[in-house]
Amino acid sequence: MAIQRRRFLHAAGVGAILGLSGCTGESNEPQADGETTASGGSQEESSGGATQELTLATTTSTYDTGLLDALNPVFEEKFDARIKTIPQGTGAAIETARNGDADVILVHARGAEDEFLEEGYGVNRRDVMFNDFVIVGPADDPAGIQGMSSAADAFATIADTQSTFVSRGDDSGTNKKELLVWEAAGVEPSGQWYRAIGKGMGDTLVQADQSGAYTLSDRGTYLATQDNVDLEILVQGPLQGGPTILKNPYGVIPVNPAKYPDVNYPLAMAYAGFLTSPEGQEIISNYTANGSQLFFPNALSEDPQFGQYVPEGYSDGSGNGSASVSDAQFEQWVAENVPEDF
Amino acid sequence: MFGLGDLNLTYLVSITVVSLYVSTVAVLLSAAIGLPVALTVGFRDFRGKSIVTSIISTGMGFPSVVVGLVVLLMLSRSGPLGELELLFTPEAMIISQTILALPVLVSVSLSAVQSVPQDLRDAAFATGGTSVDVALLVVREARYGIVTALLAAYGRAISEVGSVLIVGGNIVFSDSTSFTRTLTTAITVEARKGNIETGIALGAILLALVLTVNALGARFRDRNSAGGNR
Repeated sequence: MAIQRRRFLHAAGVGAILGLSGCTGESNEPQADGETTASGGSQEESSGGATQELTLATTTSTYDTGLLDALNPVFEEKFDARIKTIPQGTGAAIETARNGDADVILVHARGAEDEFLEEGYGVNRRDVMFNDFVIVGPADDPAGIQGMSSAADAFATIADTQSTFVSRGDDSGTNKKELLVWEAAGVEPSGQWYRAIGKGMGDTLVQADQSGAYTLSDRGTYLATQDNVDLEILVQGPLQGGPTILKNPYGVIPVNPAKYPDVNYPLAMAYAGFLTSPEGQEIISNYTANGSQLFFPNALSEDPQFGQYVPEGYSDGSGNGSASVSDAQFEQWVAENVPEDF
Repeated sequence: MFGLGDLNLTYLVSITVVSLYVSTVAVLLSAAIGLPVALTVGFRDFRGKSIVTSIISTGMGFPSVVVGLVVLLMLSRSGPLGELELLFTPEAMIISQTILALPVLVSVSLSAVQSVPQDLRDAAFATGGTSVDVALLVVREARYGIVTALLAAYGRAISEVGSVLIVGGNIVFSDSTSFTRTLTTAITVEARKGNIETGIALGAILLALVLTVNALGARFRDRNSAGGNR
């Protein structure tokens, strides 16, 4: 707390300095104008040159934990690119890409990702990394869920005891996972004890802390926010022996250039390639916060991992699961792609 | 250097510059559009005038998130203006802030313009002034209220967070320079991370900026009106 107060004073000081420098100028507006025009000019210059831009729509968990600050500069240097990162919830990030306003997405909700692939908006999905979710709550644990081995049982107990539960309620990956667990528990959460707040993970942890409530958090954000809240992990995720339902895999999906010809598809593929390359995977593996590794890379595998490219349970109907060897698929390619006068 | 958690000086300065740039351009644009509208509506008598003024003042209460969503739909690649590729740029933020600032500016300056006595305009016409001369005279007479309108519009624009978050995308480059992150959207990031103190510190910077702009505006306004009375 003492450190935070010092930071706060420091910040107030910086604010005062900035404010004062505004006062001393005869008028700070044209000045600010000039600066921005200058930087705007250099931006145009650079995008007109070799530097390409990549718009990445991603989840707040990869952004707020600082992981992308470790990954993106390396990619930018290597590919002479500049990344515009838009941190949103998984639902919002997928929606942004569905509208063609992003080149690539890095998200964590397999169900929603599969839908995105099935609608044809995404191509070449790759697994990137994973961690897990944990159920956190006040140390005195009024519902008594500590150490339960089933997330569904823990949620059912919270519902039975009507203990306050704070939900993200924002269609994020974490929110989708939470709803999945409620479904597994056979509970439709409703009533005064269940509060959907529509905020990010950090806000949600703070609000749960302030109101003595339980919530579901990804482990990464919980670890990164730990200093600011008094919540404790009451049900562990699969990384520490907890139930597998709390798994949290991340995937990268470039946007289909056939749907949106203006997306930077080659650079999006390069980004997916970088994240899943030995170099990118090592950066992910080495990234820590508060002394803990936050994400575990899982892209590298000597054996084929076909499941990552297609929606879960995908089959082309011919029973062999691989579209390339299907005669029907080949005939369709011929019909669509070969000119009639060939 | 100026450590504030992981916020460095480059970051603080560039989000401040983006805030100032976007809001200043938005207010200047809405002044360029809004003042002629206020003058026209203020001086003409036409049927439905009271409805028009009601609509304008309703715009002051327009939720910024809704404006953000509408601008998003317009500028998205799948929207009608998608080819301009303006989404997630400062220009997109200027568009949404202009839409938000315009009703405030028109509404407040309209009442200032309407308070200029009819006699004065009649006299100006009588002494051979063109309508442009008369308009300039009215603007000069109503300058106190018009500066207030500019400041109110500026306050609406720079403190706004809902629409710029949606249409700007809250982008910072990896060298800590802001592209579309403003002071207000930076505060949302800190709030999301649970860094409440840092968020409040950014709020203090924002407040200092608004105070500075208001002080400059008030000085300009008072100096001029004092000169006018002499």
